[in-house]
Amino acid sequence: MTVVQTTPSAQAGPSDGLLTRVSDTLWRRPTLLLLILLTPPALWLGIIYLGSLFALLLQSFFSIDHFTGLINHEVTLATYAELFTPANFDIIRRTVGMATIVTLASAVIAFPIAYYAARYAKGAWRALFYLGIMMPLWSSYLVKVYAWKLILAKEGILTWIFEGLHLTWLLDAYLALPVIGGNSLSVSPTGTFLVFVYVWLPYMVLPIQAALERVPGSMLEASGDLGATPAQTFRHVLLPLALPGVIAGSIFTFSLTLGDYIIPQIIGTSRLFIGQAVYQHQGIAGNIPLAAAFAVVPIVIMGVYLWIAKRMGAFDAL
Amino acid sequence: MPAVSFDHVSRHFGAVKAVDDVILDIAEGEFFAMLGPSGSGKTTCLRLIAGFERPTGGDIRIFGEPVADLPPYKRQVNTVFQDYALFPHLNVRDNVAYGLMIAGRGKRERHAEAEAALEMVRLGGYGSRKPSELSGGQRQRVALARALVNKPRVLLLDEPLGALDLKLREQMQEELKTLQRQLGITFVFVTHDQGEALSMADRVAVFNDGKIIQVGSPEDIYFRPEVPFVADFVGSSNVLPEALVARLTGETCPAAIRPERLRLTSEGPLKARVTGLSFLGLSTRVSFDAEGTRLTALLPQDVARPREGDEVALSWAPEDLHLMRAGA
Repeated sequence: MTVVQTTPSAQAGPSDGLLTRVSDTLWRRPTLLLLILLTPPALWLGIIYLGSLFALLLQSFFSIDHFTGLINHEVTLATYAELFTPANFDIIRRTVGMATIVTLASAVIAFPIAYYAARYAKGAWRALFYLGIMMPLWSSYLVKVYAWKLILAKEGILTWIFEGLHLTWLLDAYLALPVIGGNSLSVSPTGTFLVFVYVWLPYMVLPIQAALERVPGSMLEASGDLGATPAQTFRHVLLPLALPGVIAGSIFTFSLTLGDYIIPQIIGTSRLFIGQAVYQHQGIAGNIPLAAAFAVVPIVIMGVYLWIAKRMGAFDAL
Repeated sequence: MPAVSFDHVSRHFGAVKAVDDVILDIAEGEFFAMLGPSGSGKTTCLRLIAGFERPTGGDIRIFGEPVADLPPYKRQVNTVFQDYALFPHLNVRDNVAYGLMIAGRGKRERHAEAEAALEMVRLGGYGSRKPSELSGGQRQRVALARALVNKPRVLLLDEPLGALDLKLREQMQEELKTLQRQLGITFVFVTHDQGEALSMADRVAVFNDGKIIQVGSPEDIYFRPEVPFVADFVGSSNVLPEALVARLTGETCPAAIRPERLRLTSEGPLKARVTGLSFLGLSTRVSFDAEGTRLTALLPQDVARPREGDEVALSWAPEDLHLMRAGA
């Protein structure tokens, strides 16, 4: 009979330290590891983030008693109906309109920049490019907005440049235009638009660049090889393949514009945007239900937007 | 009139001469291979024909027409890319029909033609799939169908079989050759695989350092290399240096001898020591050190094998020693 020699066990020997035994246990039970890793962020996301959001949204189903200023805790859609009064609906329309053109303009400006960065920029130029795009994000948002106020103000840099070029009449003619004009650029919707585009542009450039970097050069060459002019290649190959990036960028620019309340307050007309309306209703007016209802609007709009984008096949290339 | 002609064509990238003063005529209906190690300029030559690169010197003509100023989309050539470059957002049918769509053909017509092209590469019924759902070999065929459906006058293939496994590659070699004979289109095929070039092409151009070293039929290239580079790269031939050849024959030039033509004898003009043996199945490869020159021989399995370290003599039939010119 042979004696089975028991070799010193490699498993959880007494010589192993506590850390090793913990590692061994986690290696044998990957689910446990996953649980340990995921629980804290899941709790954070679930309770603190989503929970408070839902608590706020719940408020939108209450209403305010306009005489006493007290919140009536009865579930009602009356607050939502208030959104459709002409004054409030005007705010929504103005904000959505601004978010739309800011997004379109950002996409148009960002695409060539992202294309250059993804396809042609090499080495040091590439690093410089990233720096150029990212740097505005490092400085305070307020500083940038006030800097723009200096540029756009009546006595500002832009006016000075137009004077220098003897083109003041052009600026005046533009400011005289209805809807987009105003006393000066810094108090016109055009000013708001310019600053929004400037501030959100990096959020559009980066996702488009990431999408374009995944398009191999041979794919564009193949399109040309098959007879497509550069414009056709753009329309049939480049744009569809970059579309997920454009959509990702537009989610940023669109939702950031929908929610912002500082830029339109500093640069623009006295007409309100959704963010300002939320700010005023929950603060001075104490109308939390209406503020909450306003806060739901961007969420609904983004949901619808993503649904349409998916239906149109924007994510097919993913 | 040649299908493609290069007249002193160069493509320099700064100081790098990717293609340097190449003169070449490719006949209509020919299966032409451009063979060379990586960085030898063969792919750049293909890209010059396709129009993705512009020559920095010289003149390229496609069927007599100068194409220096023609962008790719105006040339009657199509390319099968090394990575296939199928459009991931389009299904197989729309990929194949892309060129026809660009040409403004109606949906029904181009779908019918795409389907026929897919039949030709034996992928009938795959039209609705996405490229990501196909295997490497199938993607390769889709790329082929996408190029051929446009009825190009010259088809350019950039290492199209490089990503396939050996068995599939051999099968595709056969198929490509058959297809080329059927269609009668000029094929220009870039490869770094000498076996592939020799087995498929009517003529082979061997590239090195941006220059064409030798152009000829596979037999020429294999049996009659003009310079040591071709002997070494194409046939893995033994290259005998000038000094050795001078002693053996009295000629002052390098010479090549094929490994399968070297014989082991007890008495022979060249003494050698066995440095290694490897079993290849059909034959055994034996490495020698012959007076400082590394040689290999392929011995059939029925011949007695030497052992490592044995001192032997090598001999050959006089006609098997192929004299070359020096250089390259």
